[in-house]
Amino acid sequence: MAVKISMKVNGKPVSAEVEARTLLVTFIREHLRLTGTHVGCDTAQCGACTVHMNGKAVKSCSMLAMQAEGAEIVTIEGVAKADGTLHPMQAAFKEHHGLQCGFCTPGMVMNAIDFAGKHPGASEQEVRESLEGNLCRCTGYHNIVKAIMAGSRTMAASK
Amino acid sequence: MHAFEYHRPSSLADASKLATKGADAKLLAGGQSLVQTMKLRLSAPSDLVDLNAIGELRGIKSDGKTVTIGAMTRHAEVASSADVKKAIPALAALASMIGDRQVRHQGTIGGSLANNDPAADYPAAVLGLGATVVTNKRRIEADKFFKGMFETALEGGEIITQVSFPVPKRAAYTKFKNPASRFAIVGVFVADTGSGVRVAVTGAGPSVFRQGDMEKALSARFDPASVASVKQKADGLNSDLHASAEYRAHLVTVMAKRAVEAAMK
Amino acid sequence: MATPLIGARVERKEDYRFLTGAGQYTDDVALPRQTYAVFVRSPHAHAKIKSIKKDEALKAPGVLAVYTGEDLAAAKVGGLPCGWLITGTDGQPMKEPPHPPLAQGKVRYVGDHVAVVIAESQSAARDAADLVQVDYEPLPAVVDASKATQKGAPVLHDIAPDNKCYTWALGDKAAVDAAFAKAAHVTKLDFINNRLIPNAIEPRAANATYSRADDSYTLYVASQNPHVERLLMTAFVLGLPEHKVRVVAPDVGGGFGSKIYLYAEDVAVTWASRQLGRPVKWTAERSESFVSDAHGRDHHTVAEMAMDRDGKFLAMRVHTTANLGAYLSTFATCIPTILYATLLAGQYTTPAIYCEVTAVFTNTAPVDAYRGAGRPEATYVVERLVETAARDMKLDPAEIRRRNFIRTFPYQTPVALMYDTGNYDATLDAAMKMADVAGFPKRKEEAAKRGKLRGLGYTCYIEACGIAPSNIAGALGARAGLFEAGEIRMHPTGSVTVFTGSHSHGQGHETTFAQVVADRLGLPIESVDIVHGDTSKVLFGMGTYGSRSIAVGGTAIVKALDKIVAKGKKIAAHLMEAAETDIEFDRGVFKVAGTDKQKTIGEVAFAAYVPHNYPLDKLEPGLNENAFYDPTNFTFPAGSYVCEVEIDPDTGVTKVVKFTAVDDFGKIINPMIVEGQVHGGLTQGIGQALTENCRYDPETGQLLSGSFTDYCIPRADDVPSYQLDTRETPCTHNPLGVKGCGEAGAIGAPAAVINAITDALGVRDLPMPATAETVWKVIRANRKAA
Repeated sequence: MAVKISMKVNGKPVSAEVEARTLLVTFIREHLRLTGTHVGCDTAQCGACTVHMNGKAVKSCSMLAMQAEGAEIVTIEGVAKADGTLHPMQAAFKEHHGLQCGFCTPGMVMNAIDFAGKHPGASEQEVRESLEGNLCRCTGYHNIVKAIMAGSRTMAASK
Repeated sequence: MHAFEYHRPSSLADASKLATKGADAKLLAGGQSLVQTMKLRLSAPSDLVDLNAIGELRGIKSDGKTVTIGAMTRHAEVASSADVKKAIPALAALASMIGDRQVRHQGTIGGSLANNDPAADYPAAVLGLGATVVTNKRRIEADKFFKGMFETALEGGEIITQVSFPVPKRAAYTKFKNPASRFAIVGVFVADTGSGVRVAVTGAGPSVFRQGDMEKALSARFDPASVASVKQKADGLNSDLHASAEYRAHLVTVMAKRAVEAAMK
Repeated sequence: MATPLIGARVERKEDYRFLTGAGQYTDDVALPRQTYAVFVRSPHAHAKIKSIKKDEALKAPGVLAVYTGEDLAAAKVGGLPCGWLITGTDGQPMKEPPHPPLAQGKVRYVGDHVAVVIAESQSAARDAADLVQVDYEPLPAVVDASKATQKGAPVLHDIAPDNKCYTWALGDKAAVDAAFAKAAHVTKLDFINNRLIPNAIEPRAANATYSRADDSYTLYVASQNPHVERLLMTAFVLGLPEHKVRVVAPDVGGGFGSKIYLYAEDVAVTWASRQLGRPVKWTAERSESFVSDAHGRDHHTVAEMAMDRDGKFLAMRVHTTANLGAYLSTFATCIPTILYATLLAGQYTTPAIYCEVTAVFTNTAPVDAYRGAGRPEATYVVERLVETAARDMKLDPAEIRRRNFIRTFPYQTPVALMYDTGNYDATLDAAMKMADVAGFPKRKEEAAKRGKLRGLGYTCYIEACGIAPSNIAGALGARAGLFEAGEIRMHPTGSVTVFTGSHSHGQGHETTFAQVVADRLGLPIESVDIVHGDTSKVLFGMGTYGSRSIAVGGTAIVKALDKIVAKGKKIAAHLMEAAETDIEFDRGVFKVAGTDKQKTIGEVAFAAYVPHNYPLDKLEPGLNENAFYDPTNFTFPAGSYVCEVEIDPDTGVTKVVKFTAVDDFGKIINPMIVEGQVHGGLTQGIGQALTENCRYDPETGQLLSGSFTDYCIPRADDVPSYQLDTRETPCTHNPLGVKGCGEAGAIGAPAAVINAITDALGVRDLPMPATAETVWKVIRANRKAA
């Protein structure tokens, strides 16, 4: 069955008619062609699909698009400034080599921005625990953790 | 994912009607378990009744004696609620251990209880605290709610509206996580209610259960040493890639001991 | 003069696109008139296919085609080839059974490809896949390699009635047996190197399109080596001319070996794109990755070390049964042989080594290279044996290593390799200092007060990287060369595009290689772009695996740079009216020796493309050079790791509390990137040691660890922050002095972790992975025994 859906994505209103079984991530990737949000698993473990829904990090592969009806969604494409300047968390990932193949990265960054915003000054252990829903196979997390701690400091300072 | 008819009622009454209409209708709460199983084609409901638009199902209330949580309240809301933290810190702590932070932003208490995954966390709190599951039709005591693996007392068209937790004197939950899924291999909720002690175990068996021997020992003396020597029988416990029944049985004692320690802090 | 870029912590050029969602992975490629493929896979580990009925599926909405093995056979599509021919101890070539892209007559593992359904949408294809009716006659299955060789075991391939692909050996058996006969002590271990599933976070994907206009194909594929993929697919499988097929490996989300190979899905979508005249895309779901990506490791080994009374190693004897899975994956056969037995000398002077390997077919997914590929298995054998030998001999584990270190180079091992350089004392000393080994007894005591068991373990690993000298590889059975290609294109206005046959899927070539080029040419790194992963742009390539990129691919670029400089000197000589022999070049500047006359590389490039004043009688215009580099030897990265664990005896949970790695990778181009490679490798190695385990049901052959909820790859809170350092003995036979760093961590970590756990528990051995339950059982058995 087809359903009508509308939401705001990266500040812009979008609406479409989609199959009811369309996942939020499929809507973002296939319908909106925002391919920065990735799919790395089918059991909600890897977190590569993490986006913000109404300011909170969620896994877009574990939700129907309809569950985001009327919501404000931000994807990795909506994080940097319009002029291309990186968000402090993105910049920290670059500076600290918090990414290698880049596939888990959008999910890592989206989760990190949400986490850092809510838990400024988190300890290394807390940062590690905050990544429970994000898998990375390249970095061993070492530099991701460093990047999040640094990005978090910059975010707090620029508030 | 198989195709289905999608419904988004705005009232509980409509939701209830829709839930009995389809041949195999299912309620959609946070979807953190249901959407997964549908994606893997392990579940193929004819109709999906989305509860997200029903405002009355959300919210947390606390009156000092009871904490009442709306069925569609997200785990993260429970984990960070000042009311819950004050009244039943063990419940907030348990909610903060479910899944991961993304899952906690989306998953709901009602969804978790209705699903009754043998390794879910919330059932331990509900049974451990002797909570009451309130539905659109009736009130169900925790002891009568959990019926077996993925089975509950809920009937067709019955929708959990809220869960009412009596505030205990002290309580704690400890969880031995499955390293891969982060579900509970064994989770033990210990509550000293003031009139006795309840010990609920999740992850270990086909469904959450009360550990009577430990309750007896702790009711006599609320101390880690009281449970340290109480052995859980391995018979009937789950056995899988991650933990044998024997190991789970051992962990029940270890986790119970640690829960008592934590409750006494 | 610009600051040297070689050795600098340059931020990565590729990061901006990855951080902003602008990366282009295969599944992100959407082509006009796109169609979608879904594979019907075998639910049985072993079965005869009695019939396949497609009609229902073909009638389903949106379905365009359903193809089976019969269709491919009718179209004369060949089987997937194996790139390495192993000759057995009996002098016979290995058994090489057919490997059809879609099963013909029989399925041999859960996940084996039975049919492909192509439809207008992914969901339509998926729905229709359920409607393909396959009538199977299930057969008994065997998943354990040791059981597969027993009499009466189910037979997978008629060509190998005992399920043995080959029995192969390396080393002087007689010398080894003689040494054992006179040994003062023999340490023996019998263990499993657990089977792993690579799990790059980007699932495999392929999207093929056919153009009737020029009868050509383009395949976008998540691959580590697009040229080899094209070579194998055109020459051996589809019978197409190579110049009519373009293979593009765009951004690739991790490989770890699993994306080296030519897979059935790649072939099927490419072939189907022509049948339908439309692009066909397949993207694996993670569940499919688990059953169908090539797995790694899975060895059963009995290993013995003979020593004199001082703990000096006299000889080593190793018998290994290696599980190859149901079919031969592209490089499967060289992993447990050439890349394994040759590393058994480790860092030690053991004078005689004999290794015998039996490689076996089982009803499991094909097994091939996974990060380290043979070398982690070898290191595990050597370093578990050495540590256990030290304990047997009541020697300090560092001391027994020192007594046996190789100290003179070049060193010829008894297992065919010639180490060019190294300094094993330097890395061990540094690692022990950094790990504060001296303070360990105190930490152990303090942990004991908290009721915890603390242990410390070492690994001193060596690996052979920079694969490989083609003549040696050829003599050992390689069916292809193993050189690398590079091309430098100086543009008229002085910027540079570099084309490399190496492929980056996380390693950061776009930065590291640009550092090498920009440094040599004295250009800002922004002026240098690296192009890789497209057969239509890059002249040739053998791809990225075996930590070969900088050592082989980087050297090819240096060779091309040499040619640029040589030609540039000629141009500069002409421009400055000097003799070519008087021209000196340093970081982008051509100077006439002894004068202040100079021309920059930019000026020279401009003259080459605007040859108004140019030696056209002697020289072609343009400044574009390519080079192929075939190494003369392997490189030998080595290092010392110290792992410290703390175990909760009540639960058996092991926490790696400290991990120190001191590596010698020769010269380092970008330390930041190298550290990242080590962090990742260590984490995969710790994963193997503690949590990762591919398990098949022994009876049914069903994959039990078939998702991230059952197969545990490490998360951030499972691993510590690492302590790293390096020591440097430059490689003697490549111009950059580099050795490679991609696999070291995965090679060295498992033994260090298990050595630490056995130390903490006071036991001789325990199975890997040392899960909480495994450790708890050992503790309980210990307590019962005590």
